[in-house]
Amino acid sequence: MKSDATSVKSPAGAVPAVEIHDLTVTYRTKPVLWDLDASLPPGHLIAIVGPNGAGKSTLLKAALGLVPRSTGWVKFFGQPYEKQRRLVGYVPQRESVDWDFPTSALDVVSMGLYGRLGWLRRPGRRDRAAAEACLQKVGMADFAGRQISQLSGGQQQRIFLARALAQDARLYFMDEPFAGVDATTERAILELLQALRAEGRTVVAVHHDLQTVAEYFDHVVLLNMRLVAAGPVATTFTDENLQRTYGGRLTVLSQAAEALTRQKPFARDRAS
Amino acid sequence: MSPALVILLVGGAVAASCAVLGVFLVLRRLALLGDAISHSVLPGIAIAFLFTGTRNTLPMLVGAGALGVLTVFLVEALGRSRRVREDASIGLVFPVLFSIGVILISRFAYHVDLDLDCVLYGEIAYTPWDVLTAGGRELGPRALWITGGVLLADLVLVLVLYKELKLSTFDPGLAAALGFSPVLIHYILMGAVSVTVVGAFESVGAILVVAMLVVPPAAASLLTERLSHMLVLAVLMGLAATAGGYGAARLLDCSIAGAMAAVAGVIFLFTFLLAPSQGLVARLLRRRRLRARLAGRLLMLHLRESGAPRPRSELARRFGWDPAALDRALHRLQAEGLVVVENGGLRLTADGGLTLREAGLDEIAH
Repeated sequence: MKSDATSVKSPAGAVPAVEIHDLTVTYRTKPVLWDLDASLPPGHLIAIVGPNGAGKSTLLKAALGLVPRSTGWVKFFGQPYEKQRRLVGYVPQRESVDWDFPTSALDVVSMGLYGRLGWLRRPGRRDRAAAEACLQKVGMADFAGRQISQLSGGQQQRIFLARALAQDARLYFMDEPFAGVDATTERAILELLQALRAEGRTVVAVHHDLQTVAEYFDHVVLLNMRLVAAGPVATTFTDENLQRTYGGRLTVLSQAAEALTRQKPFARDRAS
Repeated sequence: MSPALVILLVGGAVAASCAVLGVFLVLRRLALLGDAISHSVLPGIAIAFLFTGTRNTLPMLVGAGALGVLTVFLVEALGRSRRVREDASIGLVFPVLFSIGVILISRFAYHVDLDLDCVLYGEIAYTPWDVLTAGGRELGPRALWITGGVLLADLVLVLVLYKELKLSTFDPGLAAALGFSPVLIHYILMGAVSVTVVGAFESVGAILVVAMLVVPPAAASLLTERLSHMLVLAVLMGLAATAGGYGAARLLDCSIAGAMAAVAGVIFLFTFLLAPSQGLVARLLRRRRLRARLAGRLLMLHLRESGAPRPRSELARRFGWDPAALDRALHRLQAEGLVVVENGGLRLTADGGLTLREAGLDEIAH
């Protein structure tokens, strides 16, 4: 077990869900992630937080091999990704696909089963039932046959989550699952994340809303090209660490945060 | 086999194989790649010819397929460099390869029977008389064997790899994460497009191939929201264009391939105008209905807010609408019993008030 300051505490003896070592990613000659070491414990909801351009999405993509790594390695439950594909589910940003594609909500969800089917095998009746069950879990059962462009942004996000559920993974990478969704969807996603954690699964999510980090997640990874800090929210999500993550921009940020904290009772009322 | 039947079968095979692959090209926003490939395979054909010394189809298909894949590779590499955009990189790659082909043929093969006309503009009208022979036996028209074989291969490919093609077209990121190499699938698809394009345009000419790759899939996409239906519809439209085009060419005594491509265009035009939900007419009607409803609602709201009957002139002044449009909106409201004329003015009826409340337009807060 690693003992440097950046590794987070995990149950003694437990293999980390994700272990990142010396990870550097560059786009052309510009480094996007620099020499990252981190070890993420299993069974937690882990937020990746940092300013725009901090490399949050890149971290997820590089770990999954979707963008090339310049140096370093990433292990999932002690093994490289290629051996653990089936254990890892990925929810990309909603904008990453063309929602005008001629297909139905149920069809998109059943794509989550393709990994288990492997090459050439077609989904059968039992797979269809499994996909329907996943739609049910995100409260979208009534929309199974709906063409995906006719869904709202929040509904599309829930379809993506249902697809991830269909993957039946032990670890989920989610790229901004809460971005631009309505209040209903936000609650539905949160309940889903908590249910996943209760089942002992791990969720690593890029998250933008600093206000809700402590409420939604129990661990946090603070990132700004380099790893600033990682660990339990209570001890890691501190003003000092945020200051180090956001640098000069935090003056604006803390003012905004303060204003928001003052408004919060009202904001809550309106949301409920 | 009658010549007409041969022409229809060859045209149908080309239309169907182009339609099934074209669906994926259109969905991947690569519609023009088919056009580019139909030109850039020329050096492959020339090199195959120079090596074998014959106009044998198989080596030419192999050479063309290799150049097709090279085209895709170069287009992607240029696009990835981010120095030029995707459309420009297509436009940069194919003229270069095409010109290399032209130079090769004009320098080394001009004296033999591999002329540009023949390579680029195969003529579907001649297909019944170009007969394949083996061991002295006639096996039927050569073009029918080629296009039929290509169609069979394309159908098998799309049926076998349907799930993989769908996933990697819709979400390449997930496809990669799940272990279905989207790059491999992309090259398989593009290899198939190259072979299809060459097999077809050698028989029927480039214009028909390019048209059938794009037009039926584009029309089909306006009629359905399911990938499987889109494939079937695109094939049916391609076949309809083939049959209709042949009929038109006989009637007008003109180029058969040209007529088939033109009929495909006409089919697209009708679909574009008349498709039930995505067609232009349906959209215009929908927009007009919405606008009329909005106008009615605004007038009703104003009448409700002002309480007492209001003269038409006041409404005209307040809304500043075209007088004819205002009258139309008022007549509609009167006909529906939502507004009545009273003491020379207009007043909202109880039904009108109910309609507004049902539309969620309760009292406007002042």
